[in-house]
Amino acid sequence: MSKFPENFFAVVLVVMIAAPALAGPYGLGRAAEPDEIAAWNLDVSPDGTGLPDGSGSVADGEQIFSDNCAACHGEFAEGLGNWPKLAGGDGTLANADPVKTVGSYWPYLSTTWDYVHRSMPFGNAQSLSTDDVYAITAYILYSNFLVEDDFVLSRENFTSVEMPNADGFIPDDRPETEYAIWRDAPCMEACKDKVEITMQATVLDVTPEETSDKTAQTPSPAPEDQPVEASFDPDLAAAGEKVFRKCAACHQVGSDAQNRVGPQLNGIVGRAVGAAEGFSYSDAMAKAGGHWDAERLAAFLADPKGVVAGTKMAFPGLRKEADILALTEYLKSTAP
Amino acid sequence: MTSDTNPRQASRRAFLKGTIAAGGTLAGASMARAGDPLITEVQPWAQGFGDPVDATPYGLPIRFEEDVVRRNVPWLTADPISSINFTPIHALDGTITPQGCAFERHHSGAIELAKPDYRLMINGMVDQPLVFSYEDLERFPRENHVYFLECAANTGMEWAGAQLNGAQFTHGMIHNMEYTGVPLRTLLEESGYDTSAKWIYVEGADASSNGRSIPMDKALDDVLVAFKANGEALRMEHGYPVRLVVPGWEGNMWIKWLRRIEVTDQPVESREETSKYTDVLADGTARKFTWVMDAKSVVTSPSPQAPITHGAGPLVITGMAWSGHGRITRVDVSKDGGMTWETARLAREGDNKALTRFYLDTTWNGEEMFLQSRAIDETGYVQPTKAQLREVRGLNSVYHNNCIQTWWVKPTGEAENVEVS
Repeated sequence: MSKFPENFFAVVLVVMIAAPALAGPYGLGRAAEPDEIAAWNLDVSPDGTGLPDGSGSVADGEQIFSDNCAACHGEFAEGLGNWPKLAGGDGTLANADPVKTVGSYWPYLSTTWDYVHRSMPFGNAQSLSTDDVYAITAYILYSNFLVEDDFVLSRENFTSVEMPNADGFIPDDRPETEYAIWRDAPCMEACKDKVEITMQATVLDVTPEETSDKTAQTPSPAPEDQPVEASFDPDLAAAGEKVFRKCAACHQVGSDAQNRVGPQLNGIVGRAVGAAEGFSYSDAMAKAGGHWDAERLAAFLADPKGVVAGTKMAFPGLRKEADILALTEYLKSTAP
Repeated sequence: MTSDTNPRQASRRAFLKGTIAAGGTLAGASMARAGDPLITEVQPWAQGFGDPVDATPYGLPIRFEEDVVRRNVPWLTADPISSINFTPIHALDGTITPQGCAFERHHSGAIELAKPDYRLMINGMVDQPLVFSYEDLERFPRENHVYFLECAANTGMEWAGAQLNGAQFTHGMIHNMEYTGVPLRTLLEESGYDTSAKWIYVEGADASSNGRSIPMDKALDDVLVAFKANGEALRMEHGYPVRLVVPGWEGNMWIKWLRRIEVTDQPVESREETSKYTDVLADGTARKFTWVMDAKSVVTSPSPQAPITHGAGPLVITGMAWSGHGRITRVDVSKDGGMTWETARLAREGDNKALTRFYLDTTWNGEEMFLQSRAIDETGYVQPTKAQLREVRGLNSVYHNNCIQTWWVKPTGEAENVEVS
C-alpha cells in the first residue's frame, strides 16, 4: 500500500510517543490503526466471517468474467491451456485423472470469493470491486450448473449456497493409516526374489535439456526487411527476454502468439499502434495513431497510463531504465 | 612456455612435443619433461596475477560451475510467474543449500519489498493489534536454527510412474538453510494473544496473498519469523525481508514477504489449503491439513545428472535424508533394487527437521546397480516404497510422495530414473 511513505515520519513520531503505552513484554511495535486492520484483514471464512456487504448477478458476472478472467480461464471457466479449470469435472475425483474445479472439488464458496477478491485477476490483484467479486463468484457457480442464470449472490444468501464436495475431505489420517504400519524393523537380506524394471523415465522423455543451449536462448535477429533501428544487441535482447516474463502473463510473442489479456506483440517495434488483429483495444489506444518505435515504446513501458491515458493495460510500468532498454531490444527481435 | 594465448592448447601441444622428444636428446632450461604438463610445466595461474580483491564485491560461483543452477520444467505450469524450479541437489554436498541455487516457488512472482516499506501486522484475537517495522523485529531476542523446507509437491510428478530423469527434478523442491529470526511465540505474546484461540492465519505481501491457517500449538512450538538465511539477508526469491519458517511442515506454509498474522478461532480454508495442498485418495475423498513432511531420502550421486565417470574401483554413493517428525537416525542403501540393504554412514548425527547427509563408501566393478535409499527417523518410521504408498493413497494424491527412489546405474556409469518390481 503506497499510502504509507507519505505518513512515514508522522508514524515514527506516533510510535516514539506511543511505544511505552503498549502492554507487551518488550513494548515493541505500535498499535494497529482500525483503518489499517480494515485494509489488510480481508480473509473470508466458510461461515461468512469477513464478507463485506454487496451483491452481484450471474448476468453481470458473465461480462465481468469475460473482461477480466476469460483470457486464462476461458469464456466458460473451462480453463485455457495449462491455466486452471474452474468449471466441470463433477464425478471425476475417483478417476485416473481427477478434474479438480470449483464445482467438483472446492469445499467452500468462501474460498472462491476470498481468492478472487484478494489475488485475482492474475497480474492485477485487488482491482475488482466487492460487487464485481460477488458477480464473478455467481458466474463461476453458474458455469458449474450450481445456480440458475437469474441468480444473484449477496452477503445475505452467501452461506446458503452448498458446494457439492463439501463433505469430500477428511483431516490428515496418516497417523492411523500409515505411521502405525510403516514402523517395522526394515528387511536387510533376501527382501525379494528378483528385481525387474517396470518403468523408465527416458521412455516418457519429458525431462528438460540439461545444459543450457546458448544459441537457442538468443532470440532470432530481426528480419532484414523490418523497417526498424539498424542496431540490434543480442546480449541486451537476451536480458530483455527475462524482463518479458513480467509481460508474459498477458502478452504472447512467437510463431503461435495469440491475443490474450493483452495483444500479441510480434514485431511490435515498427508496428502501427493499436493494430493487433482481433484484439479489443481501449478507445484511447485505438485512437492513439502512429507507430511504435523504440522511443515511444520505452516511454509507454515506463508509464503506460501517463502516455496513453485510458489504456486497458493494468501493468503500472517498469521502474528500471535498464529493464526498459533490454525489453525494447528483445521486442525488436520478435518477428512480425 | 609457448606464447600461445590458450593455456590448455599450449600445454597439450607441449605435451605432445615432449612425448615425441622424450627418447631423443633434451637440452635447455625450457625442455619438456615426461609427465603431466599441468605439473611439469609452469602454468599461467602459477606465474601471473589472479583477480585483485574487490573484483567481485559479492562473489558468485566460479564460471566452471555454471551448470549448478536451479532449473524449471516449463510444461508443469502455465506461466513462470506462478511456478516452481528445482535445486541442483545432484551437484551439492554437505547439508546447507546456498540461497542462490535453492529452489523457488512463487504464486505471483518474487517481489521487491524494501525494509523501510516492510510492515508486519498481528490482529484478530489479541489484546492489542500491533504493527511491527523491520527494525522492531531485530530488537526481539532471536534464535538460529537449521531446517529443511520441502514443497509438498516434491516428487509429485512421480506418483503414476518414473517420469523425470534427474534427482534435481524428482527431488529438487527442497532446501536446507540456517535461519535467524524471532520465535513467533514471542510476537504473539507481545500482542497478548487470546489463549483460547486455536488457529493463526498467516499471509504474504505479494499479489497472490498466499495465506495459510496454522494450529496455535504449532505456532507456539517452533515457528520462526526469520530475516536471515545462511548468515545473510533472505534473498528476494526467498521472501526478503521477512519470511515464516514452519519447521518440518510443507513449504507452502512458510509464507514469504510475511505481512500479517491473524489470531483466529477457525481455519480460513484458503485456496492453498482446500483446492491445493489437499491429497486426493483413490476413492475420491481428499485428505486436508496434511502439514508434516514424512521421512524421505534420495541418492544424489550417482544419479542421472551425476553419472559415474571414473570407471571401476572406489565409489562414493551419497545422498540426503530428512524428516518433518524430527531427526534422521539411520539410512540404508540398496544396490540391487531392494533385495539386500546395507546401512550408510551419516556424515553427522541427524539434526531436528534438517537435512542429513549420508555416504556409502563402496567399490564398483562396472556392474549394473539399482540404487535405492531408505530413511528411518527418530519415531521409528521407515520410508515406504512407492507400492506401499499407492496401496494406501492411490495414484492421484499429487502431494507428499516420500517413496523410495530407484536409479538404474548401467555398466557405462550412466544412471536413469526407473521403477522396479
